[in-house]
Amino acid sequence: MAQPLPRPLRQAPTDPAFDVGRVPAFDAGRAPAFDPARVRRDFPVFTPGLFEPRLAYLDSAASAQKPRAVIDAVSGFYSSSYSNVHRGIHPIAARADAAYEAARATVARWLGAPRPRDVVFVRGTTEAINLVARSFLRPRLAAGDEVLVTELEHHSNVVPWQIVCEEAGARLVAAPIDDRGALLVDELARRIGPRTRMLAVTHVSNALGTVVPVAEVCRLARERGVPVLVDGAQAVPHGPVDVEGLGCDFYAVSGHKMFGPTGIGALWARGEHLAAMPPFQGGGGMIRSVAFDGTEYAPPPARFEAGTPHVAGAVGLAAAIEYLEALDPGGAMAAAAAHEQRLLAEATARLAEIPGVRVVGTAPDKVGVLSFVVDGAHPHDVGTVLAAEGVAVRAGHHCAQPLMDRLGLAATTRASFAFYNDGEDVEALVRGVGRAREIFGR
Amino acid sequence: MSDLTELYQEVILDHSRRPRNFGPVPGANRSARGDNPLCGDRLDLTLAVRDGVVERAGFEGSGCAISVASASLMTEAVQGRPVAEAEALFQRFHRLLAGDEGAPEAGGDADRAGADGGADGGADDPAVAKLAVFGGVRRYPIRVKCATLPWHTLHAALRGADEEEVTTE
Repeated sequence: MAQPLPRPLRQAPTDPAFDVGRVPAFDAGRAPAFDPARVRRDFPVFTPGLFEPRLAYLDSAASAQKPRAVIDAVSGFYSSSYSNVHRGIHPIAARADAAYEAARATVARWLGAPRPRDVVFVRGTTEAINLVARSFLRPRLAAGDEVLVTELEHHSNVVPWQIVCEEAGARLVAAPIDDRGALLVDELARRIGPRTRMLAVTHVSNALGTVVPVAEVCRLARERGVPVLVDGAQAVPHGPVDVEGLGCDFYAVSGHKMFGPTGIGALWARGEHLAAMPPFQGGGGMIRSVAFDGTEYAPPPARFEAGTPHVAGAVGLAAAIEYLEALDPGGAMAAAAAHEQRLLAEATARLAEIPGVRVVGTAPDKVGVLSFVVDGAHPHDVGTVLAAEGVAVRAGHHCAQPLMDRLGLAATTRASFAFYNDGEDVEALVRGVGRAREIFGR
Repeated sequence: MSDLTELYQEVILDHSRRPRNFGPVPGANRSARGDNPLCGDRLDLTLAVRDGVVERAGFEGSGCAISVASASLMTEAVQGRPVAEAEALFQRFHRLLAGDEGAPEAGGDADRAGADGGADGGADDPAVAKLAVFGGVRRYPIRVKCATLPWHTLHAALRGADEEEVTTE
């Protein structure tokens, strides 16, 4: 391999808190064996013959495909265990309750959260961030205060903060990256000031794949008494995390990006924050008692789960996590993650060899994402040519316009990898980009 | 998957590489901006309209091959044409990409008034005939908006008092 193998997510050596003894040290030379053909059989969408040409699904950073285990769990739950939760006294309601709370415990396990009750089910990362912006930050935000984000952020980790900043007369500040797409941690530290009320940072950039040294960032913020929200949407599909070890205050994830259903996600928060936060939405399920002269709210997490929750989604998300845990004996996706990193390294090296192709995002720590531009070809046209080869990628600003502005680009083409991808997918990508060069590269 | 050469015809590639009428029109008295917020395509269109005739049309901006070529070919097609004919071309272009002769695109009464207003917009004009190269886009529904963005922008510029902003979302 011409390029050094990127390190897997949890083994950034500069960041020991990533690896709190849950994952064996990664060594490219002795990376565990992994057979993508075996796992591909677990995904109905990869059934041979279903797509012509063969589907090379390189768009998992947008949304991941679902293993049969998830589809069956959702279907099975609706078939034999379905009821509303938290209020029925009949036996089937007890089944639904048990499944919902078991799902919470499973999510807590993947996030390294000691107490399942600190996990709030939400619709996804976006709702989790809005919940924190609204219920946690807004009451403590005043005119002249600051909220710190980074140039890497997805719009969902920018706009919710912007909204509360505008309401309060506070200012949104962005910490810069270098030209490779790596966060400038010293610059971030410099921007944590006496008026900084919140730091919101992504764990892994959705547009570039940059892994942010979150433990270090959290330490810097904690030293200055600033709470940290980590957008973990692009991290948790590649392995478990450890919210305690990272030292963050909030960690937000989406189910659909980690092979679970759409419409379900989770927010982990420190228990003391949740206990002090007012509700996000009002409704059923989040109260202790209601009277017209006042309502007493339920304790967390129910306080933040107004209305009938997406119970089947939670069940499906738990099934996804159990599937990921079963991928290798260590239960932490070590072999799968190493396989992903090999694919990313190979695809990066192969595309970089094509004249007129430039890889965008070359931070030393990356996971899952390969963004690139082709001379003379707009990313949407590249995407269309790739589609004709059966290659599913994303083209555009990837909901990260400030990042694109920083890089001086309107858009990129983005291939993203999951453990179910294989060498054939990389070949199809390389072939398709070559075809795009033939059509546009003059 | 249909053949890519049907989508990326040589005329389209040529106009995307060497767009005609690129740059603002001197003495323009109509303008509009077109945005496709989903993909980031942006187009600034300027027109010099005198005595009900589009004397000059120019555009600037960035976008995919389809949207740039569409803007380039559109400026060639509408220059020197009465406003009503330019509007009629907008309608024809829509029908070409929608693949549905009957249904007028959404867009208000002004659209419909222009649509069947007689002026067929010079089918014998080579600049107009060239627009047929976009017929291949019909088979790529997600790319239809790329081709129609310049035309929506034109429609807004012609209809608007002075400054208009349109989006295809």
